[in-house]
Amino acid sequence: MIAEAGHYALVLALALALIQSTVPIIGARLRDPALMNVARSTALVQLLFAGLSFLALTTLYVTSDFSVANVFENSHSMKPLLYKITGVWGNHEGSMLLWVSILALFGGLVAAFGNNLPLSLRAHVLAVQGWIAAAFYLFILMTSNPFLRLAQPPLEGRDLNPVLQDIGLAVHPPMLYLGYVGFSIAFSFAVAALIEGRIDAAWARWVRPWTLVAWIFLTLGIAMGSYWAYYELGWGGWWFWDPVENASLMPWLSGTALLHSAVVMEKRNALKVWTILLAILTFSLSLLGTFLVRSGVLTSVHAFATDPTRGVFILLILCLFIGGSLTLYMWRASSLKQGGLFAPISREGALVLNNLFLTTACATVFIGTLYPLALEMLTGEKISVGAPFFNLTFGPLFVPLLLAMPFGPLLAWKRGDLKGVTQRLMAAGIAALLAVALVWAWTTGGAALAPLAIGLGVFVIAGSIVDIAERTMLFRLPFGVAFRRARGLPRAAWGTAFAHAGIGVALIGIVCESTWNTEYIGTMQPNDVAKLAGYELTLKDVTQRQGPNFRESLARFKVTRGGDEIGEMTPSKRNFAARQSSTTEAALLSRGASQLYISLGEETAGGGVAVRMYHKPLVLMIWWGPVLMAFGGLLSLSDRRLRVGAPKPAKASRALQPAE
Amino acid sequence: MTRKQRRLTMIGGALVVLAIAAGLVLNALRDSIVFFSTPQMVAEKQIPVGKRFRLGGMVEQGSLVRGDNLAVSFKVSDGGATLPVNYKGILPDLFREGQGVVAEGAMDASGVFKADTVLAKHDENYMPKEVADALKKQGRWQEGSDGKPVMSQGASQAKPSLTQ
Repeated sequence: MIAEAGHYALVLALALALIQSTVPIIGARLRDPALMNVARSTALVQLLFAGLSFLALTTLYVTSDFSVANVFENSHSMKPLLYKITGVWGNHEGSMLLWVSILALFGGLVAAFGNNLPLSLRAHVLAVQGWIAAAFYLFILMTSNPFLRLAQPPLEGRDLNPVLQDIGLAVHPPMLYLGYVGFSIAFSFAVAALIEGRIDAAWARWVRPWTLVAWIFLTLGIAMGSYWAYYELGWGGWWFWDPVENASLMPWLSGTALLHSAVVMEKRNALKVWTILLAILTFSLSLLGTFLVRSGVLTSVHAFATDPTRGVFILLILCLFIGGSLTLYMWRASSLKQGGLFAPISREGALVLNNLFLTTACATVFIGTLYPLALEMLTGEKISVGAPFFNLTFGPLFVPLLLAMPFGPLLAWKRGDLKGVTQRLMAAGIAALLAVALVWAWTTGGAALAPLAIGLGVFVIAGSIVDIAERTMLFRLPFGVAFRRARGLPRAAWGTAFAHAGIGVALIGIVCESTWNTEYIGTMQPNDVAKLAGYELTLKDVTQRQGPNFRESLARFKVTRGGDEIGEMTPSKRNFAARQSSTTEAALLSRGASQLYISLGEETAGGGVAVRMYHKPLVLMIWWGPVLMAFGGLLSLSDRRLRVGAPKPAKASRALQPAE
Repeated sequence: MTRKQRRLTMIGGALVVLAIAAGLVLNALRDSIVFFSTPQMVAEKQIPVGKRFRLGGMVEQGSLVRGDNLAVSFKVSDGGATLPVNYKGILPDLFREGQGVVAEGAMDASGVFKADTVLAKHDENYMPKEVADALKKQGRWQEGSDGKPVMSQGASQAKPSLTQ
């Protein structure tokens, strides 16, 4: 009953999306406010039905209704409640349902909060959202229905893939989708602007917060996924340049570029045509990511060719939206008016440089991700493009970007004074050189480039501090005055500083981890001691334990340093009966930003166990960086300029309800 | 500067960056790509000693030998040819005899494949995609009734039919 209701709600949502994608456009043509307002109500009700459908599937999972194929294949009655819920999106059908629900959520938010938008713009934006939604509802209903019933309901489910039974699954996919799908708003605004043939600074002001929201979630989602891979896979790696990871990195890169070009457009009314293009490209890359992950083309080109329904369907959606929007762009972009002038050395110039490097870096990731697929399709030759490729292409492109980054916020709009800025950044430069010298003197081994890269990270962080110090006249005015100026600074200025510093923090973490990471691999008997980076790790014992839906062997390690006990670490290996598979649960011990990492291998005949241990210096900075960036984004989002004319709270609470 | 000159400056700058990027990409594509081979292809192609590639196939039943200090050796076969592999380290959770594997490394002078990485990634049928595709191409693949390989045991047998 619930399954049928969920299915039916999805069909109704499709019907509403179809109305939403046509009626408002007709209304805009006829200048009929009533027809244009249809967009608002359909978007809200569509959100209600998408939410109900999602709720229905969640209920089926929680109640372990194995007469539904999707629940049978991905759940188990003994699974803890949290993993029953997260299991909803731990599979293809459910994750597509989450995708459209979030799309409906964003549509509903625009409808609820968009009262200050011009009526025709809102109608167009929501209509474009309706097109995207309709395409994906159709996709789910025709190829990936999560509500299919089984003829003979089995008694027990096949359980969720054990690797996915982790808190990471609760957070990572929803965050990532909020990012991916959030960019659809920027896309819809861009297409709406092209249809209307009108675009101005106010347009950028509306687009920016939506892009920022999506970007914050995508940043956190990528970081979360990376940390999840780090502790769950047991290899101690945090980024593999895997196509699935690249699929999320590409929209992040172009989304970051979009954020910056939208600033130019809002402040200086320039770069309009480019901003529109970036908005289209960013969401296109999100769609491409969805295609790569969801069509099965990565798991097997062969499977894609023999069972092409899903893949071809998404490919059609992809071609339709990317091709359609780019055609519209070519046709209409010339009708948009040119914006303000600026010299190459200026804030605008710096932001253009940022865009140039970000999009080029994005293009190299694109090539590295799709080249093997294209080559296999065309010649049948199988290759893998891994970390070395990206280190050789992506790396060199990011260095000039980071070098230029501290200059950007200090340059004046329209015409900047490079010499003056260089003088003001002298302190940051000196800090960077000091850091290089110190690292050089203190460390042994590792690549010669590492101290330079750390210097670059310090330069970026110090540059952000200089930026704030300059704006508050710190050290030039009495401290009290500077403090008051700091409080009066626009939040966006603080946001910039935090986000830029976050990049520097992450860079330092990445360099330290990959250069001075030490590891120990060996077989240990109880009471054996392994020495690693000044720590002594003693294996106390290995015990067996029964979990809710698994058995695990648990090893206890005592960690000491110079005789002082620091703590205990308990890595384990879990065996899941339902899928006859096992996972490695690594144990982590944080010391400041550094971590000790232990994962277990097989138990050997003589009662010993194979272990892999790492000491990872400053590894946590890799994820603190993105958290800082997201925090910066949040500060920017709370900036007064963006809040003005923002939502009336009374309407918000009602619209938010059905989303769950 | 006029609008035109400014625009030319920017386009020029953009072209320079793009040219550099293109150079980097071409250079990296030449040096850092790893090719995939099965034992049969290794036998036919004469891959030079020390050249990195990915070896894929099935771990032969009963070929896994554990040595001292986590050294392991096993044989990888694709039905046509067999290749011995040496590896030192912890094998991934999903490594089993009789199932698919992908290892990255290079041939040594004695004709043994020295792996430095054994890849853990594959789908729920315990079959890495490269291996599945290669075996299909060589005609050594039998499809099960529901499109899943019969070579793998486990979950797929228990799957009841769906109603639509």
